[in-house]
Amino acid sequence: MLQAKVNQLLTEPACKHNHHHGDKKNRSCSQQGKPGTAQGGCAFDGASITLVPIADCAHLVHGPIACAGNSWGGRGSLSSGPNLFQTGFTTDLSEQDIIMGGEKRLYQSIKYIAEHYQPAAIFVYCTCVPALTGEDVEAVCQSARQKLGLPVIPVMSPGFVGSKNLGNRLAGEALLDYVIGTGEPPALGKFVINLIGEYNIAGELWHVLPLFERLGIQVLAKMTGDARYREITYAHHAHLNLVICSKALLNVARKMQERYGIPFVECSFYGISDMNQCLRQIAQHFQDPELTARVEALIAEETQRLDRVLAPYRARLAGKKVVLYTGGVKSWSVISAAQDLGIKVVATSTKKSTAEDKARIKELLGADGIMIEGGGAKELLEVIRRTQADMLIAGGRNQYTALKARIPFLDINQERHKGYAGYAGMITLAQELTNALYSPIWGQISQPAPWEVQDE
Amino acid sequence: MSKVMVSEKPVAIKPLKLSQPLGAALAFLGVKGAIPLFHGSQGCTAFAKVMLVRHYREAIPLATTALSEVSTILGGEDNIKQSLKVLIEQSQAQLIGLCSTALSEARGEDVAGILRTCDLPVPVLYVSTPDFYGSLSDGYSRAVEAIVKTIPQEGALHTRQVTLLLGSDLTPGEVAEVKQLVRDFHLIPIAIPDLSTSLDGHLADGYQAVSTGGVTLEELRLAGQSAFVLAIGESMRQAGKIWQERFRVPCKLLPSITGLSESDRLIQCLMEWSGCKVPAQYQWQRRQLLDAMLDTHFYLGGKRIALALEPDLLTSTSQFLASMGAIIQVAVSPTRSPQLAKIPCEQVIIGDLHDLETHAQGADLLITNSRGASIAKALGIPLLRLGFPIFDRLGNGLRSYVGYRGTTQLLFDLGNLLIEAEMH
Repeated sequence: MLQAKVNQLLTEPACKHNHHHGDKKNRSCSQQGKPGTAQGGCAFDGASITLVPIADCAHLVHGPIACAGNSWGGRGSLSSGPNLFQTGFTTDLSEQDIIMGGEKRLYQSIKYIAEHYQPAAIFVYCTCVPALTGEDVEAVCQSARQKLGLPVIPVMSPGFVGSKNLGNRLAGEALLDYVIGTGEPPALGKFVINLIGEYNIAGELWHVLPLFERLGIQVLAKMTGDARYREITYAHHAHLNLVICSKALLNVARKMQERYGIPFVECSFYGISDMNQCLRQIAQHFQDPELTARVEALIAEETQRLDRVLAPYRARLAGKKVVLYTGGVKSWSVISAAQDLGIKVVATSTKKSTAEDKARIKELLGADGIMIEGGGAKELLEVIRRTQADMLIAGGRNQYTALKARIPFLDINQERHKGYAGYAGMITLAQELTNALYSPIWGQISQPAPWEVQDE
Repeated sequence: MSKVMVSEKPVAIKPLKLSQPLGAALAFLGVKGAIPLFHGSQGCTAFAKVMLVRHYREAIPLATTALSEVSTILGGEDNIKQSLKVLIEQSQAQLIGLCSTALSEARGEDVAGILRTCDLPVPVLYVSTPDFYGSLSDGYSRAVEAIVKTIPQEGALHTRQVTLLLGSDLTPGEVAEVKQLVRDFHLIPIAIPDLSTSLDGHLADGYQAVSTGGVTLEELRLAGQSAFVLAIGESMRQAGKIWQERFRVPCKLLPSITGLSESDRLIQCLMEWSGCKVPAQYQWQRRQLLDAMLDTHFYLGGKRIALALEPDLLTSTSQFLASMGAIIQVAVSPTRSPQLAKIPCEQVIIGDLHDLETHAQGADLLITNSRGASIAKALGIPLLRLGFPIFDRLGNGLRSYVGYRGTTQLLFDLGNLLIEAEMH
């Protein structure tokens, strides 16, 4: 059953990656890590990224210690209220549990959490080992749901089924199967939207929500940054879904369209032009002259303010060359943000891109733009050297690859501490880029040691 | 002395335990040119890598055999062979530490059997490190034992050479401190493993896909000729035993080298082996430590301290604190270990940080890793960050709390936290 779900997710029709493959699985999404490398997280990692931000829920990892012990508390999603999501829970399966079956321990764990923490719901993540030994995690969850009278949601995300991206989708399926459509909403406004695929990393959602409020747009459910369980249960009452900056949860948007008739648009909160476009897309959908006027007024005001605030940064950043190295779609939005600051993106990773994506990258980067096909720190450093780039923008995993090569670095992945979304985030981004590029240390650390200076 | 109890909850909350493969990887990273390889799903490697990167703030070489659902069920032989080929040919690995995971062990993969069918130009050390058993220090010890069993070679005894078998709780800075001490007694140390030149935090030239520092393979081979072996940490007992059986040289085990008498024992051992007098600087450092003990005993005396650490570090730190007049309110260990009974407190709990939290009410100080920070904040108790992982402090590579000088530093760090707490 899990395999059927995985196949279905890998042929997600709303994903442009699949348009040329027909019924075949999409090569890039099904990509497993290559033996002998270290290519990032597994499906369980992806599922956690997507669901753990739901703040008033308990997230119970059913597996041996590594899955939770090596990961809990490490993510950058923030909550404005409850912090239960930051408490790591795991069944911490022992050898005995694996031999005898861990179902009993799982049930007792769920019961303990329900009784001691009063969570809004419990998400139970099935990892590789119980999946391998064939435990019926879904049945345990169902039984717990009935006996304990609270939502207990199985997330079938064993790491070995695939990549982080696939895990995001499996998490989305759990929301579709068990959460969305189970609740009744509060009073609805005229323009009601959901945000899908925004995780409030470093609180960056809080840069964007005030904009919607000013425009009179009601954000019904956030999936899942700073979310509460209840809001996702009634997400099916929104008028429009915004899929933010990532194709990972397109399955959620498409199925909500099928089941509840909610249309969706894809957009990004990174960069002035993308943020502007996002707001205009919403206005265009609702076809309301007043909303459109408000959107245009807000854009004019914010753009004017930003032009003034960003001027000194732009002067220092103009013409700087950066190499972008991130997974798939995120690089689009960041290219746009960089270009808004006058920065030239000279190379980007296309490891997870299709021919169509590459054409679009080519268009954005210009004829000289380099597409980095393979992975690996060595190749990355070679591209930076060849392009004489001033900086690397990448995920934290590559931070020390850059720094050790004495190259300025900016972190854009989920463990970062700064929010770059929205107009306010743009200022933070400009500040961080300037600080990194113009740090006085670069001159100092490239000086030879006194004993290395050759006599003339 | 103490009663060891197991936490009664069915679920681990705020886990303290870390996985065995992570510990094994740490040990292999102390060998120059080495790379650890986890036989598991790609996530097993990714999570461990992120932990190590964030603690040491270094690029960490760590690879995966990338088991998929299919290769887990049918067997991961091809994955292992392909991984070894990539690491040997492309990464120029000189030693590969192949660690099993819960996934490969639950499936029952015969990794040793697979390796026997491989033609290997470099040493590949296999360690069985299932996640469902033990914790970080157990996996670390298994890796050291695997090194000790295979790499060192017998030869004419080198009368001034000392092999150091170093436990997982020694930081790179502490390894450097011990090595210097040995050198100052005109002895030649070979540290197994040697984190002092690999994870200390240094800016190297050029890029390498394998461990950029550590003990070299050549040194590891020569280590078999050492006239003396010094094992530090109870978890190195088995490695020391293997050494004695293989090379029949005396092996001295020091459970801890933090504290006055513990440091004295280390110095005494080196005096005997080297026949040298104690270098003047250490005589002076001892006087500094005595003075620091006088200055800090006001702050530590009678203070109630709650700790959660890996067994070796938990035992040695608790004993040291008790030797300064502090009271151990509770000690939490992620796993069982024989020496836990020696901890001077009423109860030792095998448990997690939630157990620490429930038993730390009313304590004056918490000692655990960075994951205790939110607990310390909630309880309003100061926290000394110790152990692994430490995400929210710099300098984890170079910090040293061993020997006379390190103990002095530990006293000052403890004292300063308590002084600051008094002022609030």
